[in-house]
Order: sequence, then C-alpha cells, then structure tokens
Amino acid sequence: MSAFRQPSVLPGFGLTFGFTTFFLSAIVLLPLAALVLMSMSMHWKEFLDVVLDPRAIGSYRLSFGASMLAATINLVFGFIIAWTLVRYEFPGRKIIDALIDMPFALPTAVSGIALTTVFAQNGWIGQYLEPFGIKVAYTWIGVTVALTLIGMPFMVRTVQPALEEVQRDLEDAAETLGAGRFYVFRRIILPTVLPAMLTGFTLAFARAVGEYGSVIFISGNLPMKTEITPLLIVIKLEEFNYRGAAALGTVMLAISFVMLLAINLLQTWGRRRVVAVGR
Amino acid sequence: MATRATKAFLDEHATRPGRDTVMTVLSRAFFIGVSLLFLAALLFAPLATVFAMAIEKGYEAYLRSFSDPDTAAAIRLTLTVAAVVVPLNTLFGICAAWAIAKFEFKGKSFFVTLIDLPLAVSPVISGMVYVLLFGLQGWFGLWLQEEDISIIFALPGIVLATMFVTFPYVARELVPLMQQLGNDEEEAAITLGAGGWMTFFRVTLPKIRWGLVYGIILCNARAMGEFGAVSVVSGHIRGLTNTMPLHIEILYNEYNFVGAFAVASLLTLLAVVTLIIKTLVERTGYKGH
Repeated sequence: MSAFRQPSVLPGFGLTFGFTTFFLSAIVLLPLAALVLMSMSMHWKEFLDVVLDPRAIGSYRLSFGASMLAATINLVFGFIIAWTLVRYEFPGRKIIDALIDMPFALPTAVSGIALTTVFAQNGWIGQYLEPFGIKVAYTWIGVTVALTLIGMPFMVRTVQPALEEVQRDLEDAAETLGAGRFYVFRRIILPTVLPAMLTGFTLAFARAVGEYGSVIFISGNLPMKTEITPLLIVIKLEEFNYRGAAALGTVMLAISFVMLLAINLLQTWGRRRVVAVGR
Repeated sequence: MATRATKAFLDEHATRPGRDTVMTVLSRAFFIGVSLLFLAALLFAPLATVFAMAIEKGYEAYLRSFSDPDTAAAIRLTLTVAAVVVPLNTLFGICAAWAIAKFEFKGKSFFVTLIDLPLAVSPVISGMVYVLLFGLQGWFGLWLQEEDISIIFALPGIVLATMFVTFPYVARELVPLMQQLGNDEEEAAITLGAGGWMTFFRVTLPKIRWGLVYGIILCNARAMGEFGAVSVVSGHIRGLTNTMPLHIEILYNEYNFVGAFAVASLLTLLAVVTLIIKTLVERTGYKGH
C-alpha cells in the first residue's frame, strides 16, 4: 500500500492540510451537502412538481436562453476586443486593457442599476432605441445585455493569451504564398484560438446562468416572462418554501457541475492541441 | 503582455514600413472601432452614469446622502464584514497553497476543484445553503431559536455567505504561483536548520508577496460588493443588516436615485482602486492566474 502523501523534508503538511480541509468542509462542503440532502428528502414526485412547474420552466428558458445568447455575443465581440488589444497599438490601449476586468471588480448591484438607467426609455442609449420600438430595460433583451457585460471579461481574458501564441511568421508565410486574409484567419488563427474561445464561451455561460445582482434590476421580474431561475429561488426562500428552493437549487448545482466538467475537459483538450500544434 | 504587443508592432514597422495598405488601415479601424463602441455602450456609459446620477442634484445633495444614518450603517457593516472575511480567507488561502504546492498527495486535483467550487455556484445558492441550515425552518433553526442565537438575518449569516463566495480567491492566486516557484529554496532553508515558521516568513513569503496582494485585493473587492448571497441571508433590515450593495437596492427601489448612486459611486471607486492596484502589481512582473 502506498502512502497518502509522498515524504518531504518540508514541515507543516498536517497543520495546513488539516486546517484547509476543516475550513473547506465547514464553509463550503457541508452546507452544499445540506442543500442536496434537503432536496433528496423530498419525494421524487414532489421534487419533479417543483422543478417542472411551468413557472420554473419559464425561468430556465430565460436563464439558459439569455445566457447562451450573451455568451454567443461575447464569442464574437470578445474575440474582436482581444484581437484589438493584442494586435493594434492605439492611444488609451493600456487603460482599456485594464478596464476589461471592470465587470469582475464592479459589484453586480452597481452594474445592475447603471445598466438599467442607461437602457431605460429615457436613458442615454435607451432613448435612441425607443423610436425603433426596441425596449431593452425590463425585457429579455435587458437580461441579455446584463449577462453579456458580466461574461465579457471571461472571453477576452481567455482569448487574449491564446492570440499572443499565434505564430506571426506562419501568417506572413501564408500571405506570401498567396493566402487571402479570410483563409489565413480560418486555417491559422482560428485553429490556435478555438479551444480558448470555447473555454471562454463556457466560462461566460456558466457565470451568466447563476448571475443574480446585475440582472434583477434590468429584468422587470415578471413571472414566466422576465424571471430568472436564481430569482425564483429567492422568491421561494422568502415564502419560507425551503424545500422548493432546495429542489431548484439542486437543479442549478447539477448544471454547475456539468459546466465545471466541460470547462476542465475543454482546457485539457486545448493544452493537448497546443502541444500537438507546437510539434 | 502590453509591452510584448507594443514591441511586436514596432518591430513590424521597422522591418516592413510599407505594410500600411488600404486593407490593413481599414481592418485596424474596424477592429478598434467595433471594440470601442461595444465597450462604450456596455461598460463606459454605465460607469459614467453612476457618477452623473450621483451628482444630478448637485454636490451638496451627493454629500448629504452619506449623512443618512442608514447609509452610514451600511458602510460600517460592509467594512466590518470585509474586516472579518478577508483575513480569514487569506489565512485559508496561504494554508491551502502550502499544503497543495509543497506536497504531493493523493486526490490533489480533486481537492483543488473542491476549493474552486464556490466560483461555479450561483451566489443565490451560496446564500441559500446557510438559510437551509440555520434559517427558522432549517435544520438547526429550532435549536438556534431556543438558544436565542441569530445567524440568519444577522451579522454571522452575512459573514458566512460572504466567506463562501470569496473562499477561493487567495488560494487560486497562491497555488499556481507556489507550484511554479518550486520547493528548492524552502528545502535548502530547512536542511540548513531553519524552522518551519522561519522558512515561511523569510523564504516563501517574500517570493509570493505580489501574488498574495493580488489575491487579497480581489477577495476584498468581491467581499465588499457581494449582492446575491448576502441578499438571501440578510433579511434587509435597514440600519442593521444592510450592506452597501443591499442598501443600493433599497434606495433604488424607493426612487431615491441620488442616494442609491451615491453609495454606488463609492463601490465604483473601490473597483477602480482595485484595478489600479492590480495593474501596479502586474507591473512588478506578476501575472494573475
């Protein structure tokens, strides 16, 4: 039987591993287990009644649909922004590069009320969309806008390092040999950054599905129409319907696990691909 | 990262000065233009709105909104929560990084995934788990009520929920950094007779200090700004359990826009300061993970 850990001259394994395990269990693992246990204590029929309720289905549709749309928008614009930051030099580039992380650092409640104000009917941007009949605030479009902002840094920050890895001499060689711009993009740039783009897409999507703070201000929160799943959980908790909330929470938790798995697989695939391309 | 792009750009122009064809100029304009438009609509306009709305009724109204006792209480509560959560999670992050980076043990990658778990969970769920445990109809609800201990709708619940959400931030920075730096110097120190603590403070800590600063400021920004998780456990009692983000929601829903955006402007400044420190740390050569 091999030992749990390999021998080392360094001290402190027992103390640090013990403290880490204790803290991790107390703060994260046991509370999460309590959530799963509570929904498991429900009869499966009761569980299905909650998670397949029309109002719940409506909330999944909005949460997943808007998250998917937002991640897709970021796939395009995140790439364009990453490309701009890596390939072009222009005044203010460094400041913009630093500001990309703003949605990480900015509290979600702040981005929520700010976006709502900007995209409201009389807001800075909303007033120009109003004549075209486009209502952003208090509709699913607003939800998508908020989720796009939240997901943007994930995409840019994942694609940026991958774009820096693209071998410029390959591009130049291809161009010298008569390849058009689009051909160079499709055959040289895209294969190198594709794993990063998919990882960024998944990260942005995973974050968007669970997002709460920045969405609830701009969404209007109408049942069946503009109500996201996290909000439905909050409503159930406020009604002291703990079991219903736990059931919906378990569904979301399961989805988070699948996303986490997908991200890990994508990253492994990306690494293997880079190694293969490097050869 | 920035310097590399600049250098590549300059090199290219030095060797091939005639490269600015109509197409390259057009595509450059297109990419920069689209990026700036996208960011202007989604990021710059909302940021500017925060300050524009905060001073809409003049500076006096802006400053007066901070003398509101509930706003002052919200600021105090947010600072208190951060003062408890950030040191604890820093201690945890250092311990986790030491155990994971300095030793080889079974199931390590699974252990790392478990630490990252809070990042994958919706903030609403992060708060809800504590309600299910300690809420009135939760597992320990009745017992807590008999003992007259309040966790949910009180400070301990807010601290716990914030801790959950910001749990991985310091560990995430330190683990890859310490793995990359290796064990050679620590092993040399121990072999030469230094104790464990001395090795940590004199050998390891100086090497990881920028990663540590990086992790702490990100942890702090998230701790002060957390909304969803705290919203579920706080109970929204004005002047008592409202943190700054929750207070923004209340003021906003009461159409007190100057008040809401005044508090929001403070949190926006916090985010700006966080990004400035982050950029300064990156200048030392440290790159975030």
